[in-house]
Amino acid sequence: MGLKTPLYDIHVSLGAKIIDFGGWDMPLSYGSQLEEHRAVRRDSGIFDVSHMCVIDLTGARVREFLRHLLANDVAKLTVPGSALYTCMLLPSGGVIDDLIAYFLTEQWFRLVVNAGTRGKDLEWLAQHAAPFGVSVRERSDLAILAVQGPLARAKTASLLSAANGETALGIARFAAAAIDSWFLARTGYTGEDGFEIMLPAEEAPSVWRSLTARGVAPTGLGARDTLRLEAGMNLYGNDMDESRHPLESGLAWTVAFEPKERDFIGRAALERARAQGCDELVGLVLEERGVLRSHQTVLADSRAGEAGARIGEITSGTFSPTLNRAIALARVRRGVGARVLVDIRGQPQAARVVKPPFVRNGKVLIQL
Amino acid sequence: MSEHVPDDLQYTRTHEWVRALANGQVEIGITDHAQEALGDLVFVEVPQVGRELKAGEACAVVESVKAASDVYSPVSGRVIARNEDLAQKPELLNSDPYGAGWLMRVDLSSAPADGPWLKAAEYAQYVKEAG
Repeated sequence: MGLKTPLYDIHVSLGAKIIDFGGWDMPLSYGSQLEEHRAVRRDSGIFDVSHMCVIDLTGARVREFLRHLLANDVAKLTVPGSALYTCMLLPSGGVIDDLIAYFLTEQWFRLVVNAGTRGKDLEWLAQHAAPFGVSVRERSDLAILAVQGPLARAKTASLLSAANGETALGIARFAAAAIDSWFLARTGYTGEDGFEIMLPAEEAPSVWRSLTARGVAPTGLGARDTLRLEAGMNLYGNDMDESRHPLESGLAWTVAFEPKERDFIGRAALERARAQGCDELVGLVLEERGVLRSHQTVLADSRAGEAGARIGEITSGTFSPTLNRAIALARVRRGVGARVLVDIRGQPQAARVVKPPFVRNGKVLIQL
Repeated sequence: MSEHVPDDLQYTRTHEWVRALANGQVEIGITDHAQEALGDLVFVEVPQVGRELKAGEACAVVESVKAASDVYSPVSGRVIARNEDLAQKPELLNSDPYGAGWLMRVDLSSAPADGPWLKAAEYAQYVKEAG
């Protein structure tokens, strides 16, 4: 038996298939994963992501600390409530975790990190925060509900008073606001608009029920994975980990090399990798029927000089319900061209190389 | 969720079903329990007509959003038909695993007899015990 979120009993009562995820008993799906996926693209879905770990960092030098700790630069966060997606790196450049950092006040930032990396993240933070006099506090008193989809914001706002609802709908993309007991962030992991609500654990069941009563579909981790992959978003442990750096993981956009004098952990290693060149993460769309899966081998296309040579590996693959095709993220040698082969059970199958995301805001962004 | 186990079929411990047809032929598919465990099916690969199967051999692949799973032939014999509808509608395996979601038909006449397989009650008990 694993850890349970405050919504566990609700998941069970809804008939959810429960799986272990990072030590937590979490809902995989409540029936049809495909229907849950489509509900999020067309209307709205609600996810229990309370297994994720909220960490509050406080202290006079907290901004300075995070500018040292994180590969992206929290100096970009000038308005309270604004947020930043970033990696936290080892000196080798390997990714300890990816996370969202929220700027609340000059003395208070909030991080949301992955469930599976919680222990090592907290240790790493504590070790590096001490010299800056920054205190690290895990907020296990909070639950997180992700409400995602084109109608998600309106349905969430409808639970609030008129004034609070207006505040909620006024939150800019990738920003957050405190609304009574809620910390409401316009962030997510689906490629749709929506909110992530951090709220006291004891309030989570009633908010869940109110939202599902408004037609927001209970959605499990299965659909969360197909949604994020369509959105071209990385999954820690699949698409990057401590042995891989952001530049070979499609995350160069999250590394702030400017200003040059900012000395963040991992900087030197990334500068070397950038100078030497490295693999890259690309999107793949399978041309024929079948399903792409992580760890399948990517081979050079028959039209290339060295047909059949191993040039990379799929890091995340799935059947895309929106495209009705198999899609994947793959780490390959830079410059592989427009077409590759993927070894599916010994059969080389043609796949097209595309630039993720595949789907955003309900729209297909690649040519089929 | 209670799963359907029709009385007129026989079953394997790897969750295939066998339906006796006339003339020494059988129809083969996967059970309701199997489709339920796999979740939404999105791709099915069935053997070519004419292929000679050996009992216990991996002969088809069913893939859900979550995972790929092999289907093992319960019988030895020659494939005489395969369900071509599954190419476009793999979800038939979810909606009608014992009917429109059949996988293939096999002629047993040239092969030694296989089985016996599990009766419905035995399979239902097996699934229950396997949890």
